[in-house]
Amino acid sequence: MDAARVGVITFPGSLDDRDAARAVRLAGAEPVALWHADDDLRGVDAVVLPGGFSYGDYLRAGAIARFAPLMEKLVDAARGGLPVLGICNGFQVLCEAHLLPGALLPNAGLHFVCRDQRLRVDDADTAWTRDYTAGQEIVVPIKNRDGRYVADPDTLAELEGEGRVVARYLDLNPNGSLNDIAGVRNEAGNVVGLMPHPEHAVESLTGPSTDGLGFFTSIVKRLVEA
Amino acid sequence: MARVVVDVMLKPEILDPQGQAIARKLPQLGFAGVSAVRQGKRFEVELDGPADEAALDQVRTIAETLLANPVVESYEVRVL
Repeated sequence: MDAARVGVITFPGSLDDRDAARAVRLAGAEPVALWHADDDLRGVDAVVLPGGFSYGDYLRAGAIARFAPLMEKLVDAARGGLPVLGICNGFQVLCEAHLLPGALLPNAGLHFVCRDQRLRVDDADTAWTRDYTAGQEIVVPIKNRDGRYVADPDTLAELEGEGRVVARYLDLNPNGSLNDIAGVRNEAGNVVGLMPHPEHAVESLTGPSTDGLGFFTSIVKRLVEA
Repeated sequence: MARVVVDVMLKPEILDPQGQAIARKLPQLGFAGVSAVRQGKRFEVELDGPADEAALDQVRTIAETLLANPVVESYEVRVL
Protein backbone atom coordinates (compact mmCIF):
# COMPACT_ATOMS: atom_id res chain seq x y z
CA MET A 1 0.00 0.00 0.00
CA ASP A 2 1.04 3.64 -0.37
CA ALA A 3 2.88 5.26 2.51
CA ALA A 4 0.78 7.20 4.99
CA ARG A 5 0.73 10.92 4.24
CA VAL A 6 1.39 13.20 7.20
CA GLY A 7 0.95 16.94 6.68
CA VAL A 8 3.23 19.50 8.34
CA ILE A 9 1.79 23.02 8.45
CA THR A 10 4.16 25.93 7.92
CA PHE A 11 3.09 29.27 9.37
CA PRO A 12 5.09 32.47 8.95
CA GLY A 13 7.58 32.08 11.79
CA SER A 14 7.52 28.28 11.98
CA LEU A 15 11.01 26.92 12.68
CA ASP A 16 10.77 23.17 13.05
CA ASP A 17 8.62 22.25 10.07
CA ARG A 18 11.57 20.70 8.22
CA ASP A 19 12.68 18.69 11.24
CA ALA A 20 9.10 17.48 11.70
CA ALA A 21 8.91 16.48 8.02
CA ARG A 22 12.21 14.63 8.37
CA ALA A 23 10.96 12.77 11.44
CA VAL A 24 7.84 11.79 9.51
CA ARG A 25 9.99 10.45 6.68
CA LEU A 26 12.30 8.53 9.05
CA ALA A 27 9.20 6.94 10.58
CA GLY A 28 8.22 5.61 7.18
CA ALA A 29 5.54 8.05 6.09
CA GLU A 30 5.42 10.66 3.35
CA PRO A 31 5.58 14.22 4.71
CA VAL A 32 3.27 16.66 2.94
CA ALA A 33 4.07 20.37 3.19
CA LEU A 34 0.97 22.38 4.05
CA TRP A 35 0.82 26.18 3.98
CA HIS A 36 -1.12 28.15 6.58
CA ALA A 37 -2.83 30.37 4.01
CA ASP A 38 -4.21 27.49 1.96
CA ASP A 39 -7.59 26.07 2.76
CA ASP A 40 -6.96 22.51 1.65
CA LEU A 41 -5.52 19.75 3.83
CA ARG A 42 -4.61 17.87 0.61
CA GLY A 43 -6.14 14.66 1.85
CA VAL A 44 -3.45 13.93 4.46
CA ASP A 45 -3.94 11.14 6.99
CA ALA A 46 -2.58 13.13 9.94
CA VAL A 47 -1.14 16.59 10.67
CA VAL A 48 1.81 17.91 12.68
CA LEU A 49 1.80 21.52 13.87
CA PRO A 50 5.51 22.31 14.26
CA GLY A 51 7.42 24.45 16.71
CA GLY A 52 8.53 28.01 16.16
CA PHE A 53 7.04 31.45 16.59
CA SER A 54 4.03 31.60 14.29
CA TYR A 55 3.14 35.18 13.41
CA GLY A 56 5.97 36.25 15.73
CA ASP A 57 3.93 35.04 18.73
CA TYR A 58 2.39 38.51 18.59
CA LEU A 59 -0.40 39.05 21.12
CA ARG A 60 0.05 35.55 22.63
CA ALA A 61 1.81 32.44 21.40
CA GLY A 62 -0.50 30.77 18.88
CA ALA A 63 -3.22 33.42 19.17
CA ILE A 64 -3.07 34.62 15.57
CA ALA A 65 -2.04 31.32 13.96
CA ARG A 66 -5.27 29.88 15.27
CA PHE A 67 -7.17 31.99 12.74
CA ALA A 68 -5.09 30.95 9.71
CA PRO A 69 -7.34 29.75 6.86
CA LEU A 70 -5.94 26.22 7.08
CA MET A 71 -6.59 26.09 10.83
CA GLU A 72 -10.34 26.40 10.28
CA LYS A 73 -10.19 23.30 8.12
CA LEU A 74 -7.94 21.57 10.64
CA VAL A 75 -10.24 22.27 13.60
CA ASP A 76 -13.16 20.63 11.77
CA ALA A 77 -11.02 17.69 10.67
CA ALA A 78 -9.59 17.19 14.18
CA ARG A 79 -13.08 17.18 15.67
CA GLY A 80 -13.89 14.55 13.08
CA GLY A 81 -11.02 12.34 14.27
CA LEU A 82 -8.01 13.38 12.16
CA PRO A 83 -4.84 12.70 14.19
CA VAL A 84 -3.08 15.99 15.03
CA LEU A 85 0.17 16.48 16.96
CA GLY A 86 1.12 19.98 18.09
CA ILE A 87 4.71 20.42 19.20
CA CYS A 88 5.75 23.47 21.23
CA ASN A 89 4.26 26.37 19.25
CA GLY A 90 1.91 23.81 17.71
CA PHE A 91 0.72 22.89 21.23
CA GLN A 92 0.12 26.58 21.90
CA VAL A 93 -1.90 26.87 18.67
CA LEU A 94 -4.02 23.82 19.59
CA CYS A 95 -4.81 25.33 23.00
CA GLU A 96 -5.69 28.69 21.47
CA ALA A 97 -7.93 26.87 18.98
CA HIS A 98 -9.61 25.08 21.93
CA LEU A 99 -8.80 21.68 20.48
CA LEU A 100 -6.94 21.08 23.74
CA PRO A 101 -7.83 22.42 27.20
CA GLY A 102 -5.70 24.89 29.14
CA ALA A 103 -3.13 27.40 27.96
CA LEU A 104 0.63 27.94 27.78
CA LEU A 105 2.05 30.99 29.50
CA PRO A 106 5.55 32.46 29.87
CA ASN A 107 7.93 30.18 31.78
CA ALA A 108 7.75 30.71 35.53
CA GLY A 109 11.51 31.36 35.56
CA LEU A 110 11.09 33.96 32.79
CA HIS A 111 14.05 32.56 30.85
CA PHE A 112 14.02 30.82 27.51
CA VAL A 113 14.81 27.20 28.37
CA CYS A 114 16.81 24.99 25.99
CA ARG A 115 18.06 21.62 27.19
CA ASP A 116 17.68 17.87 26.95
CA GLN A 117 14.72 16.93 29.12
CA ARG A 118 13.78 13.65 30.72
CA LEU A 119 10.08 12.86 30.38
CA ARG A 120 7.74 10.09 31.36
CA VAL A 121 5.12 9.01 28.84
CA ASP A 122 2.05 8.55 31.01
CA ASP A 123 -0.50 7.83 28.30
CA ALA A 124 0.56 5.32 25.65
CA ASP A 125 -2.96 4.95 24.27
CA THR A 126 -3.11 8.02 22.03
CA ALA A 127 -2.76 8.04 18.26
CA TRP A 128 0.74 9.46 18.73
CA THR A 129 2.12 7.43 21.65
CA ARG A 130 1.16 3.82 20.98
CA ASP A 131 4.78 2.84 20.29
CA TYR A 132 5.66 3.73 23.89
CA THR A 133 4.68 1.89 27.03
CA ALA A 134 2.92 3.74 29.82
CA GLY A 135 5.53 4.90 32.30
CA GLN A 136 8.37 4.79 29.77
CA GLU A 137 11.07 7.40 30.34
CA ILE A 138 12.50 9.26 27.35
CA VAL A 139 14.92 12.13 26.76
CA VAL A 140 14.09 14.78 24.14
CA PRO A 141 15.07 18.44 23.78
CA ILE A 142 12.91 21.20 25.15
CA LYS A 143 13.25 24.81 23.98
CA ASN A 144 10.63 27.36 24.77
CA ARG A 145 9.77 30.65 26.35
CA ASP A 146 6.03 30.11 26.80
CA GLY A 147 5.88 26.55 28.06
CA ARG A 148 4.08 26.84 31.39
CA TYR A 149 0.98 24.70 31.11
CA VAL A 150 -1.96 26.02 33.12
CA ALA A 151 -5.61 25.02 33.39
CA ASP A 152 -8.29 25.72 35.96
CA PRO A 153 -8.55 23.23 38.85
CA ASP A 154 -11.62 21.47 37.40
CA THR A 155 -9.96 20.96 34.02
CA LEU A 156 -6.79 19.74 35.69
CA ALA A 157 -8.74 17.25 37.80
CA GLU A 158 -10.53 16.05 34.67
CA LEU A 159 -7.26 15.59 32.78
CA GLU A 160 -5.72 13.65 35.66
CA GLY A 161 -8.87 11.64 36.33
CA GLU A 162 -9.24 10.60 32.70
CA GLY A 163 -5.53 9.87 32.24
CA ARG A 164 -5.17 12.57 29.60
CA VAL A 165 -1.73 13.79 30.69
CA VAL A 166 0.36 12.33 27.86
CA ALA A 167 3.81 13.20 29.20
CA ARG A 168 5.30 14.68 32.36
CA TYR A 169 8.62 16.37 33.16
CA LEU A 170 11.01 14.37 35.31
CA ASP A 171 13.93 15.62 37.44
CA LEU A 172 13.13 19.29 37.03
CA ASN A 173 10.07 21.18 35.89
CA PRO A 174 11.58 23.52 33.27
CA ASN A 175 8.79 26.06 33.07
CA GLY A 176 6.49 25.84 36.09
CA SER A 177 3.84 23.75 34.33
CA LEU A 178 1.09 22.61 36.69
CA ASN A 179 1.48 18.96 37.76
CA ASP A 180 4.73 18.81 35.71
CA ILE A 181 2.58 18.49 32.57
CA ALA A 182 4.59 18.33 29.32
CA GLY A 183 1.75 17.18 27.09
CA VAL A 184 -1.98 16.49 27.05
CA ARG A 185 -4.53 14.94 24.73
CA ASN A 186 -8.15 15.58 23.83
CA GLU A 187 -10.91 13.25 24.97
CA ALA A 188 -10.77 11.09 21.84
CA GLY A 189 -6.98 10.81 21.93
CA ASN A 190 -6.45 11.87 18.30
CA VAL A 191 -5.20 15.36 19.23
CA VAL A 192 -2.00 15.57 21.29
CA GLY A 193 -0.04 18.64 22.36
CA LEU A 194 3.53 18.37 23.56
CA MET A 195 5.88 21.14 24.69
CA PRO A 196 9.19 19.24 24.24
CA HIS A 197 10.46 18.39 20.75
CA PRO A 198 10.43 14.71 19.77
CA GLU A 199 11.28 15.66 16.17
CA HIS A 200 14.73 16.76 17.41
CA ALA A 201 15.42 13.31 18.89
CA VAL A 202 15.06 10.98 15.93
CA GLU A 203 18.71 10.47 14.91
CA SER A 204 21.72 9.87 17.13
CA LEU A 205 23.85 12.18 15.00
CA THR A 206 21.89 15.30 15.92
CA GLY A 207 19.72 14.42 18.91
CA PRO A 208 20.39 13.42 22.51
CA SER A 209 18.60 10.13 21.76
CA THR A 210 16.25 8.64 19.23
CA ASP A 211 13.51 8.53 21.84
CA GLY A 212 11.32 10.98 19.94
CA LEU A 213 10.84 8.78 16.91
CA GLY A 214 8.09 6.84 18.69
CA PHE A 215 5.60 9.67 18.27
CA PHE A 216 5.98 9.44 14.51
CA THR A 217 6.14 5.65 14.20
CA SER A 218 3.02 5.46 16.42
CA ILE A 219 0.98 7.43 13.93
CA VAL A 220 2.39 5.58 10.94
CA LYS A 221 1.46 2.20 12.43
CA ARG A 222 -1.98 3.43 13.29
CA LEU A 223 -2.53 4.66 9.76
CA VAL A 224 -1.24 1.46 8.21
CA GLU A 225 -3.50 -0.63 10.43
CA ALA A 226 -6.52 1.57 9.74
CA MET B 1 -14.71 58.65 16.00
CA ALA B 2 -14.49 56.96 19.36
CA ARG B 3 -11.70 55.20 21.14
CA VAL B 4 -12.44 52.17 23.26
CA VAL B 5 -9.99 50.67 25.73
CA VAL B 6 -9.78 46.94 26.36
CA ASP B 7 -7.81 45.98 29.47
CA VAL B 8 -6.72 42.35 29.58
CA MET B 9 -5.45 40.81 32.81
CA LEU B 10 -4.41 37.32 33.82
CA LYS B 11 -7.07 35.83 36.06
CA PRO B 12 -6.18 36.29 39.75
CA GLU B 13 -5.41 32.61 40.30
CA ILE B 14 -2.86 32.50 37.47
CA LEU B 15 0.78 33.00 38.47
CA ASP B 16 2.25 36.17 36.93
CA PRO B 17 6.05 35.84 37.05
CA GLN B 18 6.51 39.07 35.08
CA GLY B 19 4.56 41.04 37.65
CA GLN B 20 6.52 39.33 40.42
CA ALA B 21 9.83 40.26 38.81
CA ILE B 22 8.73 43.90 38.66
CA ALA B 23 7.57 43.84 42.28
CA ARG B 24 10.87 42.34 43.44
CA LYS B 25 12.79 45.16 41.80
CA LEU B 26 10.88 47.99 43.47
CA PRO B 27 12.49 47.84 46.95
CA GLN B 28 15.94 47.94 45.32
CA LEU B 29 14.87 51.17 43.63
CA GLY B 30 13.81 52.65 46.92
CA PHE B 31 10.04 52.23 46.49
CA ALA B 32 8.46 50.89 49.65
CA GLY B 33 4.95 49.76 50.47
CA VAL B 34 4.14 47.82 47.27
CA SER B 35 2.87 44.37 48.15
CA ALA B 36 2.31 43.01 44.61
CA VAL B 37 2.32 43.90 40.92
CA ARG B 38 0.24 42.20 38.21
CA GLN B 39 1.08 42.91 34.59
CA GLY B 40 -1.62 43.11 31.93
CA LYS B 41 -2.23 44.47 28.45
CA ARG B 42 -4.10 47.53 27.29
CA PHE B 43 -5.55 47.77 23.79
CA GLU B 44 -6.89 51.01 22.30
CA VAL B 45 -9.45 50.28 19.62
CA GLU B 46 -10.43 53.15 17.33
CA LEU B 47 -13.90 53.00 15.87
CA ASP B 48 -15.11 54.57 12.63
CA GLY B 49 -18.33 55.65 14.32
CA PRO B 50 -19.62 56.33 17.83
CA ALA B 51 -19.11 53.95 20.73
CA ASP B 52 -22.75 52.96 20.91
CA GLU B 53 -24.00 49.71 22.38
CA ALA B 54 -23.71 47.84 19.08
CA ALA B 55 -20.12 48.97 18.62
CA LEU B 56 -19.23 48.07 22.20
CA ASP B 57 -20.81 44.65 21.73
CA GLN B 58 -18.55 44.12 18.77
CA VAL B 59 -15.49 45.20 20.77
CA ARG B 60 -16.45 42.70 23.48
CA THR B 61 -16.63 40.00 20.84
CA ILE B 62 -13.20 41.06 19.55
CA ALA B 63 -11.87 40.89 23.10
CA GLU B 64 -13.27 37.40 23.67
CA THR B 65 -12.21 36.11 20.29
CA LEU B 66 -8.72 37.51 19.92
CA LEU B 67 -7.47 40.07 22.45
CA ALA B 68 -7.94 37.86 25.51
CA ASN B 69 -7.66 34.13 26.00
CA PRO B 70 -10.67 33.48 28.23
CA VAL B 71 -9.03 30.32 29.52
CA VAL B 72 -6.52 32.34 31.53
CA GLU B 73 -7.41 36.02 31.07
CA SER B 74 -10.27 38.38 31.86
CA TYR B 75 -10.99 41.66 30.08
CA GLU B 76 -12.76 44.96 30.61
CA VAL B 77 -14.10 47.29 27.93
CA ARG B 78 -14.51 51.02 28.49
CA VAL B 79 -14.87 54.12 26.36
CA LEU B 80 -11.94 56.48 26.61
